Amino acid sequence: MSRKQREEERVRGIFGRRALLLGAGQMGLLGFLAHRLHTLQVDEGERYATLAEENRLSARLLAPPRGRVLDREGRVVAGNQLNWRALLVAEQTSDVSATLETLTKIIPLTDAERARIEREVRRRRRFVPVVVREFLSWEEMARIELNAPDLPGISVDVGTTRVYAEGEHLAHIVGYVAPPAERDMDGDPLLELPGIRVGRAGIERHHDRTLRGRAGAVQLEVNAVGRVIRELDRREGVQGQDVQLSVDAELQKSIRGKIEEGTSVVLMDARNGELLAMATQPSFDPNVFNSGVSAAQWREWTANRATPLINKATNGLYAPGSTFKMVVALAGLEARAVTSGERVTCPGYMDLGDTRFHCWHRPGHGGVDMRTALKLSCDVYFYELAKRVGMDRIAAMGRRFGLGVPLEIELPGTRAGLMPTREWRQAQGRPWALGDTVVHGIGQGFYQLTPLSLATMTARLATGRAVQPHLTRAIGGRPVRGTRAEDWPSLGIPDRDLRLVREAMWAVVNEQGGTARAARLPAEIGTMAGKTGTTQVRRVSREQRERGFRVDQMPREWRPHALFVAFAPVENPVFAVSVVVEHGTSGSGAAAPLARDVLVEAFQRLRPGQGGPAARVAEAPRSPIPPVRP
Amino acid sequence: MKFERRLLLRERGSGVFEKLWQIPWVFVLLLCAVAGVGYVALYSAGGGAPDPYAGRHAIRFGFGLVMMLSIALVDIRLIARFAWVGYAMGVGLLVLVALHGQVGKGAQRWIDIGPVQLQPSELMKIMLVVALASWFHKASWERIGNPLFLIPPIIAVLIPAALIFKQPNLGTSLITLMIGGAVFFAAGVRLWKFAILVGAVAIAAPIVYENLHDYQRARITTFLDPESDPLGAGYNIIQSKIALGSGGFWGKGFLQGTQGHLNFLPEKQTDFIFTMLAEEFGLVGGLSVLGLLASVIAFGFLVALRSRHQFGRLLAVGLATNYFLYVFVNIAMVTGSIPVGGVPLPLISHGGSAMITVMIGFGLLMSAHVHRDADLGADRGET
Repeated sequence: MSRKQREEERVRGIFGRRALLLGAGQMGLLGFLAHRLHTLQVDEGERYATLAEENRLSARLLAPPRGRVLDREGRVVAGNQLNWRALLVAEQTSDVSATLETLTKIIPLTDAERARIEREVRRRRRFVPVVVREFLSWEEMARIELNAPDLPGISVDVGTTRVYAEGEHLAHIVGYVAPPAERDMDGDPLLELPGIRVGRAGIERHHDRTLRGRAGAVQLEVNAVGRVIRELDRREGVQGQDVQLSVDAELQKSIRGKIEEGTSVVLMDARNGELLAMATQPSFDPNVFNSGVSAAQWREWTANRATPLINKATNGLYAPGSTFKMVVALAGLEARAVTSGERVTCPGYMDLGDTRFHCWHRPGHGGVDMRTALKLSCDVYFYELAKRVGMDRIAAMGRRFGLGVPLEIELPGTRAGLMPTREWRQAQGRPWALGDTVVHGIGQGFYQLTPLSLATMTARLATGRAVQPHLTRAIGGRPVRGTRAEDWPSLGIPDRDLRLVREAMWAVVNEQGGTARAARLPAEIGTMAGKTGTTQVRRVSREQRERGFRVDQMPREWRPHALFVAFAPVENPVFAVSVVVEHGTSGSGAAAPLARDVLVEAFQRLRPGQGGPAARVAEAPRSPIPPVRP
Repeated sequence: MKFERRLLLRERGSGVFEKLWQIPWVFVLLLCAVAGVGYVALYSAGGGAPDPYAGRHAIRFGFGLVMMLSIALVDIRLIARFAWVGYAMGVGLLVLVALHGQVGKGAQRWIDIGPVQLQPSELMKIMLVVALASWFHKASWERIGNPLFLIPPIIAVLIPAALIFKQPNLGTSLITLMIGGAVFFAAGVRLWKFAILVGAVAIAAPIVYENLHDYQRARITTFLDPESDPLGAGYNIIQSKIALGSGGFWGKGFLQGTQGHLNFLPEKQTDFIFTMLAEEFGLVGGLSVLGLLASVIAFGFLVALRSRHQFGRLLAVGLATNYFLYVFVNIAMVTGSIPVGGVPLPLISHGGSAMITVMIGFGLLMSAHVHRDADLGADRGET
């Protein structure tokens, strides 16, 4: 019994130790769990709290409406139109393909469209709407609504789309929008929204940030599968601001109606550089880009030799011809290479070495001073003057007038053009001969200037100030730049020099014998001062000259370009205009009358000054600019 | 004197009312508290309503309570006598489930007995403890030292472990082995034998790994680096840690747990119920629950130490270890400390099978307490 008891005690003792060991081990492990809880909930608690918020919260962006583009008179030239779309929510229908089958009977869907829809339905979660069709007509919408009971999962909602009321008339200025590409992603979360558009060209691109606005956001609580539970916070976005242009859409349209393919017209407010119209032919419909350009359309545009996608007013490059002579004259006066009264004899040509440079007027102009040389556009006078002044000083003066330098216009991709210099030529490894200077004295040669820069030059001639061409008049209703000439720095050219040139330009249009006398403005509208230019596209050979060729017998693409620059009214310049007619044959014949028509219309529509131009008595023309005494 | 007391006590434990008096009501209250915590958690998991989890949980617990108290009154000697019958029935059920069981969650684990779905592997663990306790009950120290004496109980552990592993249910299979090991340990099996076992496992582990199911291997790999597959197998662990961690010290408040309510937390009403609690009640709540569960386990050991017969001692240690393993594996799993194993937190998480079997176990534990002084004839065999 006692042995049995001892044995019992022994077993119990061993058990007691082992049970305590086991129990202590288990409590130790539970202690480890307690420590683990502490680590997760206290030491790393904040990190997990953040992760939990990220889990729970989902921000959805609200797209603000894109700002509009208005013309000078407040007409909407780029606006937003409601875009009715049919959407499909897969979870609301038991059979997606059956729904689409029914829908096809109401609005025909192509196989490609159906494939895209079914692909998107598969890829996205079942409660995310998939766009079935955009730009629904009223009729289509009505038909969908009418058949709603047979179309489970189909709903109609509204977004916005860009619409350009003036279509091709302002396409080169306003530009267009398109869905953003990878390179457009600038960190703005707005761009990731479906259906968003970014400015791709013109004002739409330049002012893209302003027009786009800032995205609003709703903070949503979502569950694990992404379904929205409730809205926690809403932050309204900043609406895109309206951009008002200086361009008058009606004037622009009217001008475009007057011009042919290859013609550019730039009409500027000479006082402040505001562009009133900038028309080229041909153009394109910017609305097409909104919904996507078809490959065929793109091929048609790019294959067209008339380059409808390119704005020739800002990107077409031309030699200025005789419209450049004012710059040469001013360079001569500044360099004191000539006085205004000095006469140069024009026998119809100038010989330099064994090369003979002809004046356009074969019999010659006889003795001409600067005013007469400009008025008659005597080439020999400017050959001689260029020879005296030198190309570098001519080019420097040209750049002061905005020629061959980048202009601050709000059109991305605008070309600066080229103002040739000896240095430039030598950089190409070619020598600069005196003959080159002579030829450049009449605006021929290596110049590559845009119609826009020629209009800028004219405005600067008219005001003596370095006005910059621009298109933006106001953003969000606030004017952006000074509208007065005084806001622009002076060119630093003596007033008497400028007056001489202006007066000569007045004579070009208004005096007997002036090259553009036929294009003078009707007396009741006002007076303009201008300068013609004709630039050769092909060199005329000696034999042709001797056979007495006529340009109007040449093939069209060989004919010279016609140019004209002008400002008006002469007394107090408001308008500056440049016209380039490709292969227009003659500046006085093709470009000057067009410039006149443009100015007449500008006067009638825009009525510069209080109450419009006063009726004036038709008398013998008299220059309003007092003649400059030598 | 001692003899007299024993007589007296035996007398005391014979009547039903006397037995009811002996039932450890503090322990019953403790279990009610744990089940209450479960009700609160399931109320929250049900989106702030007794449906669909909490109400059923309460009914099930009530049913379990009656069953547990009934078992507590069953004479411990009767239990000891039918220990191996119960074991045989458990193995029979496992075989049955292997042949006709329902396929759920990629494993054959359930069997339909009338309206109740039963998981025989849960029941098996209890039966195994009873059987092992009865085997070692009469063993003397010398006898336990005899390797031949250990062969039958080892086989008795390996048969259910193998059957459960074949289901396949790696987690429960391992837990079964561990429970067996705990009883062996408490019974006094020499420590060097455990050392040999550990060595054998170290050698066998790579071989076993080769034969694991893909999803079981995935669980082990994602355990080592859950972030490697955040949307796949690692999702549960990461989301559970996020929910737990974001609870912080004081928690987000009852019904305010975002991760659970927004369904980021998977299986929140079953395996991840503790995460739900810790998210809403924070570290304070988590530690309180952990303390409550530790008390339940500690009570098991207390019963073991106070029992006057080896059967009761081993039974109590085995059953306490059974519950401990549920608690530890589950909480270690939701805190990302061990691989996800699909182990519930009985009495708290939703699901009847684990709760009923655990309460059967506690019934047996209480019977051991009520009959702690019963004479089971401590014949140590050598005389």
